[in-house]
Amino acid sequence: MGLVEAIILSVIAASTPLLLAAAGELIVERAGVLNLGVEGMMIMGAACGFAGCWLTGSAFLGALFGIAAGMALAAIFGLMTLTLAVNQVATGLALTILGVGLSGLIGAGFVGERITPAAALYIPYLTGIPFIGRILFGQDGFVYVSIALVIGIWFFLYRTRGGLILRAIGDSHTSAHALGYPVLTVRWMAVLFGGGCAGLAGAFLPLAYTPFFIPGMTAGRGWIALALVVFASWRPGRLVAGAYLFGAVTILQLHAQAFGLGIPSQLMTALPYLATIVVLVLISRTRNAAGSAAPASLGMVFVPDR
Amino acid sequence: MKKYLIPLAAALALAVTGAGASAQSKMKVGFIYLGPVGDLGWTYMHELGRQMMVKELGDKVETTYLENVSEGPDSERSIEQLARTGHQLIFTTSFGYMDPTLRVAKKYPKIKFEHATGYKRAPNVGTYSGRFHEGRYIQGVIAGKMSKSGTLGYIASFPIPEVIAGINATILGAQTVNPNIKVKIIWVNTWFDPGKEAEAAKALADQGADILMQHTDSPAAMQVAAQRGILAFGQDSDMIKFGPKTQLTSIVNNWGPYYLRATKAALDGSWKPEDTWDGLKEKMVLMAEYTNMPDDVKKLAQDTEAAIIAGTLNPFKCPIVGQDGKEVECKGGTALDNGQILGMNFYVKGIDDKIPGK
Repeated sequence: MGLVEAIILSVIAASTPLLLAAAGELIVERAGVLNLGVEGMMIMGAACGFAGCWLTGSAFLGALFGIAAGMALAAIFGLMTLTLAVNQVATGLALTILGVGLSGLIGAGFVGERITPAAALYIPYLTGIPFIGRILFGQDGFVYVSIALVIGIWFFLYRTRGGLILRAIGDSHTSAHALGYPVLTVRWMAVLFGGGCAGLAGAFLPLAYTPFFIPGMTAGRGWIALALVVFASWRPGRLVAGAYLFGAVTILQLHAQAFGLGIPSQLMTALPYLATIVVLVLISRTRNAAGSAAPASLGMVFVPDR
Repeated sequence: MKKYLIPLAAALALAVTGAGASAQSKMKVGFIYLGPVGDLGWTYMHELGRQMMVKELGDKVETTYLENVSEGPDSERSIEQLARTGHQLIFTTSFGYMDPTLRVAKKYPKIKFEHATGYKRAPNVGTYSGRFHEGRYIQGVIAGKMSKSGTLGYIASFPIPEVIAGINATILGAQTVNPNIKVKIIWVNTWFDPGKEAEAAKALADQGADILMQHTDSPAAMQVAAQRGILAFGQDSDMIKFGPKTQLTSIVNNWGPYYLRATKAALDGSWKPEDTWDGLKEKMVLMAEYTNMPDDVKKLAQDTEAAIIAGTLNPFKCPIVGQDGKEVECKGGTALDNGQILGMNFYVKGIDDKIPGK
């Protein structure tokens, strides 16, 4: 295996959890809801995903456990912010703290346990093709799901009536409500979808990336996913570019260090974040003067008048 | 955003162990932990030490720990929280708590503080650490013998003296059996991020390192080594479970005896702010079983360990030659003195890299 191929494989693996979590949050925010609890839902997905895999012996079932855990936490968020109309920012932050604590409790008994990680795809001949074989046909299921998910989200948002309604609700919930669209129902579905994606992203870590569970193993990836949604200016295509750019800079700085290029590692560690800021500036320059690309009702509480 | 959350989470994670009502005779002892107690690494070993101390002293003490306390200014609040709630002896268990510990100690002169791996003391602040570089030297000897590619992969955390001394000790050990040994170093600028540690481990393996070693706290690198079919050293605790066919040995941090000694001293009033720096000889640093190596290498490792314990071998025995080819001043007579090791900020000859930020 050549070095370039190895680097590409590492980049894909590093980008996948970010892409999964960010894709879910993109739908949530496009519906006008700001859920800052991605980190909490991810770590719950990691703990329950690992527990599920350990109990059933199947990484696939483990991933389903992870999705369910993310959705369960998202349901708490939905109950608070949608049904009870509590402030979204405060609830989201509380959700992260809850998730970190609860996952530590659930996962405590599984620390140090071993599982069989999710298997990588193997297609005779195709996977064996030099260079592109393993990159295209030798990944684990999470990677294919993440790509399919983003394509599906793009299709849904821009090519279906449901997507149009969701975007309308995100841009002006009062207008959408006046037109007779079920604002809260759509937002509930979006929030649960986002929770499921975050749970799956979390489950990727102990089921495929580093096959063991340790409390706090998401190590801030949920926050990066949140930033990526803004970075992508709420568009699925840019989300893929952003997640892979972030993953690529992360991996390349490690390789640059191992080559002994002599660039200070503190600067290298900051590179992914610097790259994010630079791209943000570039994106905002190319946008017209109409203002922010954010959904207009983002983060606002909606209480139906009738 | 994460910065604000961690102290909050830490406050929530406040765990009071021991019996409920605190009788006057009980002494309250507090611990500040860097990671979660289940990290299987640095924090986990401090927690085992605490448990051992509690087991020995029983109802004479009541202990509290705060986990996930990030280093730096934020930790001051957590330390002060323990000081305010009647703890008479507080262990702060990571290098980055040094200045916050001293600031809180100044405000509470009657409370005794013990700071791990630091170098600043006060009338009520003692320091303690392990001579981990002794274990690293043995690992270097093993790695030098076992590496086929002649390239070692080193996952480093932060460029502080302890980590740099560890890298130097490793390479000095390896040079005794293979003068041409090379080491590739990746700084991840974190103590604990399993994903990042795994990414660094993959990068090192991809670039030809066939033995991985780490100064970070999770078993992620060990697992990557196992997947790649190369060898690795564990860190902080015995990680053989994560690489039964991969782990050569592991430095095991054994804090229990020290926590027992310091707490007993505080109980009977004989506590003094000392600078404790124990190694293999005093069993603060232990080596996990030597595995996955031929008998001659195992014998060499055991002999090296025995020589260090007997005091006939010092990993930093003079002459030590720096990267610039000049000999380092030998302040300890036959070896570098403790101050030189604790403040180490240079690489020895044979490391083809630069210390970040220098």
